[in-house]
Amino acid sequence: MMKWAPALFGLLALGLWEATVRIGEVPVYLLPGPIAIVGAFGADPIGLLQALASTLFVTFAALFVAAVLGATMAIGMSASRLAQAAIQPWAVALQVTPLPAIAPLIIIWVGEPFVALVVCATIVAFFPLFANTATGLAAAPPELNDLFRLYGANRWRTMALLRLPAALPFFLSGLRISGGLALVGAVVAELVAGSGGFASGLAYRILESSFRLEMPRMFAALVLLALAGILINFGLGALGRIILKRRGGT
Amino acid sequence: MLSVTNVGRRFPGGVQALHDVSLDLRESDFVALLGPSGCGKSTLLRLIAGLDQPDSGRLDWNGGPPRPGDIGYVFQDATLLPWATAEDNVFLPLRLRGVSRATAMPRVHAALLGVGLAGFEKARPQQLSGGMRMRVSIARALVTQPRLLLMDEPFAALDEFTRHKLQADLLDVWRQAGCTVVFVTHSVYEAAFLARRIVLMTPRPGRIDREIASALVSGPETRLDPAYAALVADVSRAMGEALR
Repeated sequence: MMKWAPALFGLLALGLWEATVRIGEVPVYLLPGPIAIVGAFGADPIGLLQALASTLFVTFAALFVAAVLGATMAIGMSASRLAQAAIQPWAVALQVTPLPAIAPLIIIWVGEPFVALVVCATIVAFFPLFANTATGLAAAPPELNDLFRLYGANRWRTMALLRLPAALPFFLSGLRISGGLALVGAVVAELVAGSGGFASGLAYRILESSFRLEMPRMFAALVLLALAGILINFGLGALGRIILKRRGGT
Repeated sequence: MLSVTNVGRRFPGGVQALHDVSLDLRESDFVALLGPSGCGKSTLLRLIAGLDQPDSGRLDWNGGPPRPGDIGYVFQDATLLPWATAEDNVFLPLRLRGVSRATAMPRVHAALLGVGLAGFEKARPQQLSGGMRMRVSIARALVTQPRLLLMDEPFAALDEFTRHKLQADLLDVWRQAGCTVVFVTHSVYEAAFLARRIVLMTPRPGRIDREIASALVSGPETRLDPAYAALVADVSRAMGEALR
């Protein structure tokens, strides 16, 4: 019963929604019922799924770039106090700047729409990966650092054999957080870019549908986005667990 | 092997951790540093290991300063790499000195056998009990065949049955290895059971009060031996006087 409770609750809510729309005769351009939404998806599944694929492509490209950049910069920063002092404030500045405010600039500067979207999504996805990796690199207990000193390990061996392995679980949980953020970043960038951008993502379909008052199609695109976000979150969580389980220990 | 002469250590903030401490370590000694929290036992151990430097006084090594591997260190926690097997944890000190895996493995397995962990080579720390993790930690400290083994309250977090077993096994290992052991503890019973020399330390500032020699050769019956009871009483009385 506990296991099925969320699904049952969801079905109940959908039923209520459909009933309200039908009994209250709510116009479809204000609020379409679930059946109309499924119908809108059925009318053009290929188009919507292609749009989803396009958004996911931007999302994963951005996640990859953010993972490489975040981890590299965290390692560089932990290797030198000077680098830490130089990098940290800029990383925070990047983190607190709202993406919608800088996206138009990036889209104009970069020119190539796909690259511009990836840059925008990377900016959003970067910080958790960077901050988590930096925390993990410093997470090994001081006794283990003492042990490495006692045996005359230089900083590179300490990095390879102690600090990087200690940072792995932190990096993986950063990856999970950033996965969802990269999707948000991709969608926000697509919305800002609008028709001037890479006119094939899900966010663009949402904009387009709202201009045409095609609410069922808009809702169908929204549902796809939500499902994609959930799958990314669960998928990256499972990936992290598998990697840590295969390595052993946490 | 080592002369510690008039050593002092003051931490930033003004806490005098050690004041005018002198101690001679001889080959194959077993020295217990006994005292309450804050008496500088661990600080002294870290100075001997070279993990910290004294503000005053000298450490003179007979036969030159220690090279990596000459000193083994066991902490209160086992401090194993959680992602590495028992074997890889014991391999670590040799690996850091550039010994190849193939060359190291016979020594790694001998060290694990020596602490009674044959058959657990591939186990990960989280699969082992607290006592077994501590055994891995001891094997790791012994795998380089150190001249000096430093132990900082290694059994303090274990239950009493496990502790008694590990104390007895540590004495066997020490008699086999022939290295010098400096063992930090706040337990009079532990110090009396293990050590040839019991060094009493008192806090604020941390210093050595006196030293008590023991002629006890501990074995399975020692805890029932009146001589052991008498030694515990002597040490307790001395500790009481020192702390008054």
